[in-house]
Amino acid sequence: MGKEYPGGAKWFHDRLKLAFSKNKDVQDPAQIEQLIARGEFVVKEIEALYSLRKYRAMKQRYYEKDEEVSLATQKFEESVEKL
Amino acid sequence: MKILVGVKRVVDYAVKIRVKPDRSGVVTEGVQHSMNPFDEIALEEAVKLKEKKIATEVIAFSLGGPKSSEVLRTALAKGADKAIHVQVSDDEAAKLESFHVAKALQKIVEHEKFDAVFLGKQAIDDDSSQTAPMLAGLLDWPQALYASKVEDGGSGHMKVTREIDGGLDTIKVKVPFVLSADLRLNEPRYATLPNIMKAKKKPLKAIPIKDLGIDITPQTETIEVTEPPVRQAGGFVEDVSALVAKLKEKGFVKA
Repeated sequence: MGKEYPGGAKWFHDRLKLAFSKNKDVQDPAQIEQLIARGEFVVKEIEALYSLRKYRAMKQRYYEKDEEVSLATQKFEESVEKL
Repeated sequence: MKILVGVKRVVDYAVKIRVKPDRSGVVTEGVQHSMNPFDEIALEEAVKLKEKKIATEVIAFSLGGPKSSEVLRTALAKGADKAIHVQVSDDEAAKLESFHVAKALQKIVEHEKFDAVFLGKQAIDDDSSQTAPMLAGLLDWPQALYASKVEDGGSGHMKVTREIDGGLDTIKVKVPFVLSADLRLNEPRYATLPNIMKAKKKPLKAIPIKDLGIDITPQTETIEVTEPPVRQAGGFVEDVSALVAKLKEKGFVKA
């Protein structure tokens, strides 16, 4: 999971270990369930972060100019229509 | 519907590309590689169609050096059923062209019966976006390029929405067809650990390029690869009159 993390796999792994060891004394089953649910939520968030990061990189590399151009032509066409 | 998905192993999108000192290409040794992001989107669409029961089987294909099997494993982890690796050496892989990939795909499609070939609209390394149209031409199949939406069109057709300049184009293509995926088609999933483990047991067939009888002699020659020019740093001016004076000096404003 941490392989792609912006700070590097090691950075990610250290934090992950810290997060686990912080809760190592938790005994209450209900609270453990809660923490697991939180962990699963974080996993989902990281997945979303990765896919968004990739999407943005692709969009920036291949699309931005196109959109600027088409937006400009659209504006131009609109102004022509007004005349 | 049986779908063949082409995936390419490319330098990871997050890696800063460096040009080799002799200007013959980019540095690929010791650099992280991954699946081409647009191929990921194509694969995701094929897997989604399978989940919707429109497709029956998804088979991943890659033409490349020995390490291409890694991206095929990723493809299997993301939901492909089988994988085909057409093998070349690393040196040959560096000189491969879209035409060779299209030829290899054509042979595979002619050998096993497929109803559709899904490809990324372009690879992020050579950016040629030629493989899909070339393959459609070689097979004499209809093509749906730059797809942003794929639906069942009924009676052996598929309805595909394409991204074109200044709008969207909706077409109906007859199955079998070739599709190339655009960025907005879907959001590729992340391969989970259990699926990565399961993918190790899925079949991956390796075929040496010789067995397909394809000539992969390069038809183009790379003369030089250079880095883009570095943007010059701008300067600051103290006030408006200084700015106007500078603009006049450079001839951007009439004196």
